[in-house]
Parts: sequence; structure tokens; C-alpha cells
Amino acid sequence: MASWKTITRRSFLVLGAAFLGGAAFGVYKVAEVPANPLVPGPDGMPLNPWVIINADGITVIAPRAEMGQGISTTLAALVAEELDVDWDQVRVLHGPPAQAYYNAGFVARMSNEPDFRLSQQPRSHNAILAAVPKIFSMQLTGGSTGAIGGFVQMRLAGAGAREALKAAAARRLGVAPDTLRTESGKVIGAQTFTYAELAAEAADLVPEDVALRDPSTWRYVGKSMPRLDMVAKSTGTETFGIDIVLPGMKFATVRMNPRRGGAMTSFDPAAALALPGVEQVVGLGNGIAVIASNTWTAIQAAQLVDVQWGEADYPADTAAMLTRIEAAFATEPDSRLRDEGDVEAELAKGDVIEAEYRIPFLAHASMEPLNATAWVKADGSVEVWCGNQAPIMTRDAIAGALRIGSDRVTLHTPVMGGGFGGRTDPVPAVLAARVAAAMPDTPVKLTYSREEDMGQDFYRPAAIARLSGRVENGKATALWGRTAAPSATRSALTRLIGFAPPGPDRATVEGGFDQPYGLPHYRYDGHVADLTVPLGFWRSVGNSMNAFFLESFIDELAHAAKADPLAFRLELMRDTHAPSARLLETVREMSGWDGLKRPGFGRGVAFCYSFGTPVAQVVEVEQTPGGIRMTRAWIACDPGLAMDPSIVEAQMTGGMVFGLSAAVQEEITFADQAVVQQNFPDHDALRMHATPRFEVRVLQNNGSFGHIGGVGEPGTPPAAPALANALFDLTGTRARELPLNKTFAFVT
Amino acid sequence: MSFTLSINGTPRVVDLPDDVPLLWALRDGLGLTGTKFGCGVAACGACTVLIDGQAVRSCQVPLSGAVGEITTIEGLGQPGALAPLQEAWVRHQVAQCGYCQSGQIMQAAALLAQVPEPTDQDIDDAMQGNLCRCGTYPRIRAAILDAAQMMKAG
Repeated sequence: MASWKTITRRSFLVLGAAFLGGAAFGVYKVAEVPANPLVPGPDGMPLNPWVIINADGITVIAPRAEMGQGISTTLAALVAEELDVDWDQVRVLHGPPAQAYYNAGFVARMSNEPDFRLSQQPRSHNAILAAVPKIFSMQLTGGSTGAIGGFVQMRLAGAGAREALKAAAARRLGVAPDTLRTESGKVIGAQTFTYAELAAEAADLVPEDVALRDPSTWRYVGKSMPRLDMVAKSTGTETFGIDIVLPGMKFATVRMNPRRGGAMTSFDPAAALALPGVEQVVGLGNGIAVIASNTWTAIQAAQLVDVQWGEADYPADTAAMLTRIEAAFATEPDSRLRDEGDVEAELAKGDVIEAEYRIPFLAHASMEPLNATAWVKADGSVEVWCGNQAPIMTRDAIAGALRIGSDRVTLHTPVMGGGFGGRTDPVPAVLAARVAAAMPDTPVKLTYSREEDMGQDFYRPAAIARLSGRVENGKATALWGRTAAPSATRSALTRLIGFAPPGPDRATVEGGFDQPYGLPHYRYDGHVADLTVPLGFWRSVGNSMNAFFLESFIDELAHAAKADPLAFRLELMRDTHAPSARLLETVREMSGWDGLKRPGFGRGVAFCYSFGTPVAQVVEVEQTPGGIRMTRAWIACDPGLAMDPSIVEAQMTGGMVFGLSAAVQEEITFADQAVVQQNFPDHDALRMHATPRFEVRVLQNNGSFGHIGGVGEPGTPPAAPALANALFDLTGTRARELPLNKTFAFVT
Repeated sequence: MSFTLSINGTPRVVDLPDDVPLLWALRDGLGLTGTKFGCGVAACGACTVLIDGQAVRSCQVPLSGAVGEITTIEGLGQPGALAPLQEAWVRHQVAQCGYCQSGQIMQAAALLAQVPEPTDQDIDDAMQGNLCRCGTYPRIRAAILDAAQMMKAG
């Protein structure tokens, strides 16, 4: 399989570190650029962390991990745009753990100010780069940040390489570099040179001034590019983590304490060891692993190990957990990130509308079960293959577990068969390394069963929200939202970095406090519940919770005001954020909202501005003899600059399917401290026949030029409330609890 | 135990216990990793292969019962020589994470072999056992319809 490691052994790498000093971006010096992690082989000098040129073509080293969102194609397009190469010359690989691959995009998500206000200000990419030293170790894929983080970085990588190649050709020809031009992977002057011919010489050259192309000349950026992974993914030849094949490899699985965080008091491996094909049972302290000749035998054997489990430190079942969450309302708010007008005085006028909503824990349930392959070498170093969203953290966690230096860990990040936030934790990689340590000098592939993947996930929090509001003369005058939930961020960061940074927990209230509704009195509070169930980031994080609360309640207010729910929202948004208002107008037009509604059908609208991208959605439902069916859905989004419209459309549709799947039928519940759901029959997602037909429109009005909103997550949050609102329209029943199949009968 | 399977037109020998499912013989025994493990209980379709032209869940077929000509995604077409369905998959840019797509394509291949011009209802009926967490269903449907047209035109 191709990886950065094998390629660097036989390639020349082109300089580009100094290009951050380009005129367009002023103040950055070579010294401020992190070291190039691509270690030289005997035949090459590594200089640019992002571009490798050899006789086979151009390899872009992507700083973000591919889990289906298309980011590797978009990042490669940014490099190719500046490098003047043909698209069929371009390949892309994920890089090693290294500070050079920090995610500058997270800076764009660090403010607690609603983005609809920030995005109207001129976007300063210098500001993003300036904050870079603070986040050198944030080699993270998440938060819908990949495109914004790579927008300048990857184009500079391409431009820096191009200028170095021109300088090399200029030196050969004895002319000035600016007399030469580049095209299709060649430098053209009195003589023509391929990039591959020039790469070794270019590696010694530092271009001084690197200017980026004018956007009006872009050929790749902003266009729908054929995805670089599409042929491999259509032929079964893509190498996911679970597909790693190594010589003499053994196959393992784990069975960990289902009472999460609890210890294992004892285990007896005898019955498992008696199964033909089983080689070893490894005790892991809080679980066991079985190593066998094949994965299936390992999974069967793991069930035969007689284990006694210790207890977890959280309540026994879901009901007791919800009681704990409810208790958080009586505590001081953890956050009040929005407090405009005087909500209390306005609500004191009377005729207050109130509602309480409840949503369950959710699993990520990516199609590729969690897995990792590890190979502990004779010298004690370890090589690990694991699809993950945080390579530096994962590498360091492996090193810590094996008590070796990080420099003795080689970590590969293969593409992931889905992630949705569920591959942030290093647990599979660490377990694989520990299991492989029990069988030195033998590669071991560790694969979770689906049951183990679902029971050992880090879940989207369950949450309860209480909202109060008031309407007068057909308009909303006040809204006070309160969300109570355990904190996914604090749970995850405590696991990942050992502590939770102080300050308000934004994720508990995002999607609620930060929406462009111009209510005169608008307050949103977060109450963090004391509950130690292991939680994580689930596609769109807090927005998936609060969009359901807020957008259901706005619908309730509209109904109380006897107003059309779409016009009611538009009224609240028009003077606050014009690009968002335009999206509501767009889905109104797309869905024929103002036309006569078909008998037997219901429609619902919802909106959420998340990760820099506002999204409006309309869902249509139909009552059929076999149950309620979603028939059609319309999506309008505005990411600002749409880097790849086809990928944006795919992410919007996929994000909405993900949200609708959870809304209709997904929940994680607990009994005896263990997760009840085991496999897809208990935690299923929408199937093709139950999925509505989609129409998507991508607008590009949001923010000033260079505003790049995320696209992987923003399609998810409005899905649940749009559907719940459509069901209310169809039936007159307001569902205030998810999943909706508790209240309605859907087509199965 | 040693078994000889006929896979993609070639006899292949695999040495594993006889109750090991075909899925794991393909993946762990023979290194044919295009066929995917998703659930192990025939609930997701990621492991779909053809046996004598019929779409089956290879996680449910024990090695001892894997009789007949087995076609996996590797046998349908290769990167340099795509089958019409795979061409349609690329043209419609179907895959996102791509993990379920081998199973989707094999299921669609069985459908088109039996129903060369499927209706939307035919597609719904044939494909509802194949789960996609990325939600690529609209493009899967478009690609199947497109492939059907291509194959009809020859």
C-alpha cells in the first residue's frame, strides 16, 4: 500500500517552507514554520511538508484525514490550482503525525460570538495564521474546519513548489524565473522541463516572493472535481484501516467492560483457548483480547471467556441518568452566551408559552467498525495503522501505553469508513498496540465486532431542554432557552488531554444561543449535568441537540401566533442576517411552500447556522397505509465560498440523512450500566426506500470573500426539527421527544 | 481445514475451520479485502458477494457451504477496466466514505442481471438491505438507472 513513508524513500521533495513569507501574507518567517516531518531517504531532500514530486506524478500530503467528507480531494485541488498540474497527475495521501499539519481552521471556530456576526467582518487569513503557534499540536480533523484551514496553506504549498521549480529551470537556462511559465506539470521556456526532472534541484531553492493566483483564474477551486478516491472506492481497492494486510499477520478482537470505566475483576480464558484457531487470550485490565487465525474465530472466542466485570461510576439505567440531567436545571447556569433585552421582564407580561424536549444518547455507528493494526518490532518500536482524527494525540497515547518514546511510534492514518466524530479517541490504536506487544514481531489486526463498536462508543449526550417564549401581534417577542446535558467536550477532553479547559461549555448551547433570530429578548443558558457516561463529538456536536429544541419551539411559537412557520422565521431573520433569510426564501421557492398543500401530506421547515454555514431545510411527509413516509426534502445552504459544489451537495444530503436517521429511530439506552443496543437491528439508520428525494441549492453570499463555512456537519442539525415540524403539520401532534418512532408509525 | 473455492473464475485454497464464514475466508484467508465486514448479522449488506449470480451476505455463508462460482467486487471490474456499474458509480460520484459501496455495487449487479430496466420500486426493493451511513442513496439510485441505460445501449 502507498504511504508517505514508502514514497519519501524514493522521491525528491520540493521546497516550500519559506513560501509562508510570501508578499500576500507578509509577516511569516521560515523560522516560524514547523519542521518538515517527511524524513529524507538516501535519495531525496525533504523540504515541503505538503508536496512530493517524483516520476509517478504529484503526491499531495493532506493534513486532514479522509472519512468520506471529500476533504482530501479539496485539499489536493488547492495545491494543484497553484502548481499547474493536470488533475490526472495528482494523488493524495495522509501525512504522518507532525506539527506541520496543524489545523489552522480551528481558529475560525474558537470564538463564542455567533458566526453570523463574525462572518460579516472582513475575513483575515493573517489572523488565522497568526494564531497558529497556539495550535501546533492540533493535527485534528473535525469541526468542519478542513477547507478553511487549508484554503491558504495548501495554495501556498502549491505556489511555493511551482516557484521553486521555475527557479530550478531558470538556473539551468541562465534566465530570470519570471521569463518562464508553467503548464501541465512542466516549466516552459526556451526549453521545456518536466517537474520530475527539476525536482531534485528545486529542493535546494527557496523562492522569495510567492503570489497566489487571482480567484478569477481558478480552474479547480470552486469547481466540482472528480474525487481522487472515487475509482478505488468503486472497485473495492481502497485500503481502509480494516484492510491492512501484513506478512504473517494475526487477527484479534476485544471485549471490554460494558460498564464503561469499570475494572475487570477476573477472567478465565479456558473455553476460548479450546477453540481451534485461537492463539492467545490477553488480559487488558478492563477487558480481554483474543488473538486468532482469523477475525471471526477471535470474535466467537471472546464471548467464551468467562469474565467478571466491576461497576461503572454512573447510574444504572437511562431513567436514572435523565433524572441526573434534569437535576442540572437547579444548578447555576454554566453559560449564558446570549442575553439580549430583558427576557424576564418580557415573560412577566404573561401568556408565556413553555415546552420541554428530550433527546437520547446516540452512537456514531460508522460502517467500518473500529479497528487498528499494530506491529511491535524486535527493537521495541511499534508501527500502527489506524484511521483516526487526531494523529499526534494517537501517537503519543500509543507511546504512553507501551512506555516508549513517541519517536519510536510510526503511525499511519488510512482512510476511514465513516467517522462522524467517532474516531477522535485513540482507544483502538492503543489497544491494538498493547495486544501486539503480547505477540512481539508479529503484526496483529484488531477489529471490533459491531456489538463492541456500539457498546464501547463515545456517545452524543442525552439532553433535556426547557424553553419559554412569548408572542404578541403575530410576532415573537421573547425566547429563553435552557439546555441541560452532560458535556461531551469536557468528557472527551478529559480523556484526550487530561483536563477540561475552563470557561463556558459552548457545545451544550451551540445551535441554540448563536442563531440569527432578531428577537428583542433572547437568552440562552447551558446547564452542565454531572454524569460520567463516556461522551464524544457526534456530527455537528451540540447543534444536533439545540437545533431540535430551538427549531421545534420556534414552530410552536409560530403556531401560537397563528403565523406561517416559514414566514414567521423570515420575519425574525430578515434584518439580522440577510444570507440566512435568503436561504429561507430559497427553500420556500424550491418546495413550493406557498402553493396549496397536497391533501394527506405535511411539511416542516427548520434552520440552523453552524460551523460557518447557515442551512435551511424543508421536509415533506405523507400518510400512507403502511405508515408515514418522507417523500421529498429541500436543502439550501450558504457556505460562502463553495470549494467543490458536488462535494458540498453530497455532504448536505448525507448530513441530512444522518440527522433524519437519528430523528426517526436511533437511541442508545442503558440497563445495568451497559448499553442495550448491540447492532444495526437495534440502532438502524434510514434505508434507501425510506429516504426522501432531495433537491439541494448551494448559495455563495455568506460573509466577505474568503469566508469558507464547513460542509461536513451543517446539513445534520436542521433535519430532526424539520421532520418533527412536518409531522406536526401532518398530524397535529407535537413530538417533544426523540426518536420520533416513539410517537409516530413510519414506513418500515 | 482446507477448502477450494472458485472465486472470480479462479480456484483458491483457504485453510480455516469449516464454520468460518466466507466473508472472513475472503478477507483474512485470501486477502481479498474489497468485501467488507459491517455487522456480522446480515443487517447491513457490506459483505455482499454473488454466488452463481445471486447476491448473498457472505457473513452468513459458512466455508463448508460456499459452493458455486463466487464473484466479489474484485471480479466485477478493476480500476483500469471498470464494469458499467462501476463507471456509473464514478460518473455520479457516488461514494463518500466508500466502505459500503462494494456491497451496494454487488447488490446492484445482481438486480440488473435479473431486472435489466428496474423501476424506482425495483431499486427500493433490491437495495433496502444495504445500509449507507453517509446517505449516498440518491446517487446510488441515479447510478443504477444510468448503468441500466448504458448496459441496454450495449
